[in-house]
Formats: sequence, structure tokens, C-alpha cells
Amino acid sequence: MHLAGGEGQGDTLSRRDLLAGAAGASGVAVAAGLPLVAGGPGPKAAAPVAPVVPPDATKLPGAPTSQVGARSTFFKPSRTPFGETVGNSLTPLQDLTGTITPADLHFERHHAGIPLIDPARHTLLIHGLVATPLMLSVDDVKRFPQVTRTHFIECSGNGRAAYREPKPEMTPQKVAGLVSNTEWTGVPLKVLLDEAGAKPAATWFLAEGGDACIMTRSIPMPKAMDDALLVWAQNGEPLRPEQGFPLRLLLPGWEGNVSVKWLRRLELGTRPWATRWETSKYTDPLPDGTARQYSFDMDAKSVITSPAHPKVLAKGWWPVTGLAWTGRGNITRVEVSTDDGSSWHDAELSPTTGRKAPVRFTHMWEWDGKPAVLLSRATDETGYVQPTRKQLLKVRGIGTDFHFNPIVGWKVAADGTVTFHGET
Amino acid sequence: MRRMLVMVLVALGACSEDQPAAANGAAAGFSAIPAKHYGLGRAVTPAEVAALDLDVGPDGNGLPAGSGSATAGADLFQKKCSMCHGPKGQGMLPAFPLLISRDPKAEGFAFANDFKLQKSIGNYWPHATTVFDYVRRAMPLLQPGSLTNDEVYALTAFLLAANEVIPMSATLDSASLMQVKMPYRDKFVDDNRRGGNEVK
Repeated sequence: MHLAGGEGQGDTLSRRDLLAGAAGASGVAVAAGLPLVAGGPGPKAAAPVAPVVPPDATKLPGAPTSQVGARSTFFKPSRTPFGETVGNSLTPLQDLTGTITPADLHFERHHAGIPLIDPARHTLLIHGLVATPLMLSVDDVKRFPQVTRTHFIECSGNGRAAYREPKPEMTPQKVAGLVSNTEWTGVPLKVLLDEAGAKPAATWFLAEGGDACIMTRSIPMPKAMDDALLVWAQNGEPLRPEQGFPLRLLLPGWEGNVSVKWLRRLELGTRPWATRWETSKYTDPLPDGTARQYSFDMDAKSVITSPAHPKVLAKGWWPVTGLAWTGRGNITRVEVSTDDGSSWHDAELSPTTGRKAPVRFTHMWEWDGKPAVLLSRATDETGYVQPTRKQLLKVRGIGTDFHFNPIVGWKVAADGTVTFHGET
Repeated sequence: MRRMLVMVLVALGACSEDQPAAANGAAAGFSAIPAKHYGLGRAVTPAEVAALDLDVGPDGNGLPAGSGSATAGADLFQKKCSMCHGPKGQGMLPAFPLLISRDPKAEGFAFANDFKLQKSIGNYWPHATTVFDYVRRAMPLLQPGSLTNDEVYALTAFLLAANEVIPMSATLDSASLMQVKMPYRDKFVDDNRRGGNEVK
């Protein structure tokens, strides 16, 4: 029973706390009038049915084929839905391998619920500084040249709680679960803007979604002409509703909010629009008394996803493995330390190609039973090295609101218990 | 002659552009794809554009006709906003943002030093036009798009007045709203991160 906090990951509050607080503050019982956004239990999965496991599976026929497959009953990963109409849910990084996020486990962040949109009625309007304003149906969009690209999306609020108030019981999902990675299919935005005849005078465009807050973000035109995509497919099938069905913008390497879902309109102009989502939210207060705006790039980051809390280790060999990504191109190096940063080892990276796509890193480690601290540190193609939390605190402050990429890790105690270590 | 050359280049480009699929690892984006016209989609009427084009820019571009007073907005706020944002605009955190506050402790734009300082329209928002744009497109949460332009002007006026940006006696229309300068507007700076070996 939790509410979404701020933008992206944040504090949580129980419904009881909320109602008590509201009544206390206002003296008015508002329970009956509260919209669904006020929490209550998030969507719950059906109660799991314990599988009947035969003593020997080779001695009887197995299950039949099916229309749609399901996960093994022995594997039950789940997101963590907070809130309802305004909400988020985090990807269970600790349960996943490789780099692709299964579509049904991609993190969610939406600001006015997930709209139900009929693709036959959905349109995309392109107008403003173009030669020919255009209305495109979803079918029209799918007739342009298609590309398939693998890119991560990371909410720029990812890791806020772990940065501000690291706690031992945090899991990879809580620390960094607002990042997911997908094979997207769509059309380069440049192709669509060429079709409409983008005028050279256009320097920014507005992207607008068709949800109940009519989400809007302003994007510089060079991004549109570089690697921006309009996508309709996610890992080989149409987008999930919570990922923007039937159309979303995909701006590789940039904070997730700009990859506007349920995209319905693109307007080309000469200056940013200063929407609520790029002024009141998604701006970064800094210790010098300013706030950074239009801070799109996601800085290089890594997180060890295993071993991690709440795993308990036995002595012997363990792969120390996790994900590393950068909004500025390729990850060129990931180092792992097993002694709290005294020494570092280059980890194996796989796959090694994939611009603005995560790599999985692995370092084999033989645990001797003594207390240890596991850390990972990513370097990207620009030479940027993932900073410690102390470095970030100095340049951004504890109260900065978005973009959290400190080195983090896991403490292994002598008894094998593993807890989060965020104070690097 | 020059035009013919362009046509030839476009035609040559067409051979490869149907598969602009350079390797995902390639540094270049799609900027090298030659422009080509596919004749897809349909033309749009100005009325169709106008029906969707409701954004308001920081220069006031897009503000509609109409007006509303802060006092009318105060009444509307109690009827349509206070059940979530609180009767004094104090919010119900974290789900429903605080809107109204000029708490001296949160003045001076020191938010980076203390994440418990609450941002309000008065102590954070850089542009007054954003209030109008956002309220019109997204509020009230359960009935978005239900407010008239006069009501949105009135609510904008009330929110700005309650945040001590304009007097509670004010009435706003497009001309006066675009003149409002927010207290901390000059605190917003463009992103200076560029990668490389510096942490910013």
C-alpha cells in the first residue's frame, strides 16, 4: 500500500498515514472524495498455485502446448507497483539475466494512469515549422522504413532513495529498478520530419502524449535528426499499454520522461515550451543555488545485481554480475572491487556492442568467508568514470532531484548475509 | 542543372535508405539518411490543428482569449482542487504536490542542500505561463480538460497571488499573464554536463 513519490522513485506513504495526515491537517475527512491516486493496494497477482511436481518427470507425459506461454511456476518475478493513477513500478533487476528486460517487467512511470487507446483511431499530428502539416495513422507510420534498435530507458529519478537515504535492506530493484532495456522497432524520427518537411528555422520540437495529463516535453531538433525513434514495438510485439501503445517517442540515452508515451502530436518551433515536466519537475537543484534544466543525458552508471540483498552467500566462487549503461554511447570498461575500492578488477563485458544499451558485466570472485564490500565502477566512451556518492554530493548536493549515478555496492558479512552499501 | 544533381543524389540515396540499419554500435545516428517523400499520411486543416494545439509557451504564445480574477480562482480552488492539494494548497505529499508556500525557510533556492525543503509555485517555478498550460491540460486530475479558459485564468491568478507573486486583487488575461515574472526565474540554467573526465 504505497503511493508514488514525486517524480520517479521516492518516499512512500501508507494509505492510513495519508488519511490520518489529511484529516489532521485539514480537519476534514476527505476519504470519500479522494481519487484513486491515493493509493490503496496496487494490482495484485493471483494467489500462486503450488505446482504438483512428480517424483520423476521422465515417467509421465508433460503438459500440453498452449496459446500463450507462462513463466515456470518456480520463477515469480514482480514489479513493485506504487500508487495507481499516478504511479511507478520497478524492474526486479536481481531476478533477471542478460540485458533485455521482459516486456511485462519493464519499469513503469506514468503521471495520469495508463490510457486505453484504440490504435485504429489513434493519430499523430506533425505541425508547426514544417512545409506540410501531416496527420498520420498508426498504419501510416508502419509503412515508413523500419529499424530495430536496443536501448535502455532510465527514469532520471532512478536511485533517489538510495542516494539520499541509503538503507541496508535495499535491493537492486529498489536501488536502480527504474531502468529497463528493450529491443525497439520503429521509424527514425528524421524520416517522419523529412516527410513533413521540417524547416531549417525549427530548433526545438514539442512531443505530446495522449494520456490524461497530455504529457508534454520540449526536445532540441538535433536529437530528432540524430538517433530519435518513433516506436511501436517492444521485444518483437506491439508496445505494452504501459509503455505507450500504440506509439511512443524513444530518445536513446536521455532521461525516460522525454520518451513520451502514447504520442499524439509533434510541433516544431524555435524555443522550448517550459512545460510543467521540464520546469517544476525534471530539473536539478545544485549547491550553487541554481537548477539545471533540460538535463537530458543519463550519465554512466552501473549496479551489481548479484550477489545482492537479501542473498546469503556460502564460501567459494561467485560471479559478481550486474548492468552498466551510459546515455553518451558505449560503456568501455566496468571494474569490480571486492575490497571496498582498495583494488579494482576489469570485469568481462557482454555484449560489447550496443550504443546506449546496457552491457552485462561479470567478475568471478572466490569468497573466503571474511567481511567484504563489492563495488562496481563504469567508464564510458567519453572517458567519464562513474563517481562516488561523495563526489556527487559535492557537485549536486543531497537535495538534487534527478540524475543519481553514484558507485554503489553490497556488504558481505562473515555470516554470508548481504546488505546494500550506498555510502561510497 | 543543380536541381538535377540533387535529384540524382536523392535517387542514389534511395537505394540504401529503405534499410537505414547501421549497426547499433555505430556512432552515427540517422542524420545521414537522405530525405525522401513517401506520400504517407494526409493533409490537415487549420481547424484540426487548432483542436489539438493547446500548448502555451513561456512567451505567452498560445494563450487564449478570456480572463479570470484571483478571488474567483480562490473559490474555484476550494471547489475543484482542495480535495487533493489541501484547502491551503499545502498538498498531500507525496502523491499530491504542495502548490502554495512562501515559507521563509524554503526561500533562497537552497533546495540542493536539503531535500525536505518543499518546492512551491512561488519558490521554484520559472514561468507563470506553465501554470496556465498545465492546469488547462491536466487538471483536475479526475476531470482533465473540463475547465473553461476563464476558470483556468482565475485559478492561475489565485495560485500566483497565494504565492505572493501578484496581488490577490489581480485579474489575469493573456496580456497580463505573459508579463508576470516569477521570483526565481533566473535561477534556471542550461545543462553543462558534456561527459568526459569531469563530474558535474
